[in-house]
Amino acid sequence: MIAFLIKRVVQAIIVMFVISLVSFSIQDNLGDPLRELVGQSVSEAERQELRDEMGLNDPFLVQYARFAKNALQGDLGTSYFFKEPALEVILKKLPATLELVLGATLIIMLLSVPLGVYSAIKPYSLFSRAVMGFSIIGISVPVFLTAIGLIYLFSIELGWMPSFGRGETTQILGFWGSGFFTADGLAHLVLPCISLASIMLPLFIRLIRAEMMEVLQSEYVKFAWAKGLSPRRIYFLHALKNTMLPVITVGGVQIGTMVAYTILTETVFQWPGMGFLFLEAVNRVDTPLIVAYLIVVGAIFVVTNTLVDLIYGLVNPTVKLAGKK
Amino acid sequence: MALLEVRNLDVRFGLRSGEVQALRDINFSLERGERLGVVGESGAGKSVLGFSILNLLSQPGYIAGGEILFEGQNLAAMSPKQLRSIRGNRISMIFQDPMMTLNPVLTIGQQMVECLLAHRKISRKDARRIALQKLKQVQIPSPETRIDQYPHELSGGMRQRIVIAIGLLMDPDIIIADEPTTALDVTIQAEIMDLMLELCERNSVALILITHDLGIVSQVTRRAMVMYAGRIIEQGPTREIINDAQHPYTQGLMNALPQMAIPGQRLNQIRGSMPPLQNIPTGCAFNPRCDYVLDVCHRELPGFTRSGGCKVACHMVAQMKLEEEAAVHALEVK
Ligand SMILES: Nc1ncnc2c1ncn2[C@@H]1O[C@H](COP(=O)(O)OP(=O)(O)O)[C@@H](O)[C@H]1O
Ligand code: SF4
Ligand SMILES: [Mg+2]
Repeated sequence: MIAFLIKRVVQAIIVMFVISLVSFSIQDNLGDPLRELVGQSVSEAERQELRDEMGLNDPFLVQYARFAKNALQGDLGTSYFFKEPALEVILKKLPATLELVLGATLIIMLLSVPLGVYSAIKPYSLFSRAVMGFSIIGISVPVFLTAIGLIYLFSIELGWMPSFGRGETTQILGFWGSGFFTADGLAHLVLPCISLASIMLPLFIRLIRAEMMEVLQSEYVKFAWAKGLSPRRIYFLHALKNTMLPVITVGGVQIGTMVAYTILTETVFQWPGMGFLFLEAVNRVDTPLIVAYLIVVGAIFVVTNTLVDLIYGLVNPTVKLAGKK
Repeated sequence: MALLEVRNLDVRFGLRSGEVQALRDINFSLERGERLGVVGESGAGKSVLGFSILNLLSQPGYIAGGEILFEGQNLAAMSPKQLRSIRGNRISMIFQDPMMTLNPVLTIGQQMVECLLAHRKISRKDARRIALQKLKQVQIPSPETRIDQYPHELSGGMRQRIVIAIGLLMDPDIIIADEPTTALDVTIQAEIMDLMLELCERNSVALILITHDLGIVSQVTRRAMVMYAGRIIEQGPTREIINDAQHPYTQGLMNALPQMAIPGQRLNQIRGSMPPLQNIPTGCAFNPRCDYVLDVCHRELPGFTRSGGCKVACHMVAQMKLEEEAAVHALEVK
């Protein structure tokens, strides 16, 4: 267990190093931050002076070393626009985004498993065919279109659901503004979460169905039938457990990917999260904020993947986590 | 009444390309405690036959006709619930590859206990005790440790012992063993086979031993059936089949046995290979490979001819019998 953790932490550090290097190096290609920082009236000489002062004229490696040294102390630079530490600006928006992802993940987990399993057990039933048909549509419709469609139907036409913002939030753990504890907050979560889930849900249904169908063909499932076990035990223990192992691995990666997808969803729903903020930062060429966003998202990726590997190792007996009994 | 009697079993696969007949004219019976061998090349339909007996064919396969009478009850027409009470309980099955047969994510104990609990109203503790006892019977060293391990922690031979233990858990009347040693290391094949035979004998379990090895059949069974392209082309007392095979295919299998080879010469394999189900020749399915082929073999499916204690599906054998009878008759008339 300890060895496994150390290995994963080392891997995580390497990945974070690469992410920081890449995100830092793209900032050169994002345009001139000075244009945003100072007005048109400032002369070219003064601009050069400012650039020197900010270290923008130093060689790349010197700039990166300075950046990395500060980053290790939690300082990812100061947002040009907010004039506040970039990391703080991002982290303030983190709860909104994570709750969006959490809501979508819950929807995906609660629906994909029963639907995927059912359509694997009864592949020829009308319901399974309908599920498969809808999942194709779900995959092919872009997220923003789904979002706009949902807003049009449920907010504008029917007036059931709010169309933008987070609604009422409550403060939990001191710093985390949560929408999960008020009716208004939950109502605001519904449509954005559905939109965010709309791509991944069909993918997961199809993945679970395909895995399950393969497992149902396996010798050990045939042997389970030959033992005279009940269909319930065969489907939901013998087959499902083996089906979910690969799904967990893919699922972890997808949750990370979903954090990136929030950019679209948050923009359509004007959801005050990191993704929305990121798009604004790109418009304003707020380089430190962009870099900070990329690094935070990268960190989320690394953390979820490590957790998923850990869970996978715990549920799959054929993986040896040293020290696991 | 025989313990198991199969009558006119007809099994088909509803494939997209059309329906194919996987088994036809299957007729045989099995007595209590008897050992019956089923031989034939790979693809003959031996495994399909094994699964059919438990009415456990997978998707496109189905029983299109005939009866499988177990103690007089027709398994081919039973409700799923009734079938479950027979599978693993009265009739159990041992699969070919022990590496694939056990569920990788459940412990040995879980996979044994669940079987006991499915068929008997006993406590989990009692079930575990019985499981341990069976593990001892199949000579698993330190069963108390092994029972809580996962399949991947055990060797192939060990796993097949466990599969045998699961097969014997409920003290069934019949065990269908589908090539139980083929996937194992050669050095332990005999050991596992002996263990299985001994346990069946001791518990008076009838055994249907499926194998492609006529040698094994000749050593351990009293009666045997030879399958070719989904049909039983010869069946009868093993000794008769071995000493005096009637069907050209059975003769071919005999000649191909390593024991029959003349030292220094190549083995006498039958030329050609088994036709796929979609493409079985009309008339006798064996006709492209047969040295004795007659005109009628291309046209008509041979019926069954009695020859000694055997039943043989071959035109040539039928004609010989007719000629013999005619000769005997002629002698009698004189
Ligand atoms: N589920 C299935 N669908 C289609 N064809 C099958 C299926 N199972 C077996 N077959 C075919 O049935 C024939 C007999 O197979 P099998 O009983 O496994 O042969 P054996 O066990 O004698 O080697 C083979 O031609 C095989 O391809
Ligand atoms: S029926 Fe004809 S082809 Fe078939 S085995 Fe007999 S002789 Fe050969
Ligand atoms: Mg087989």
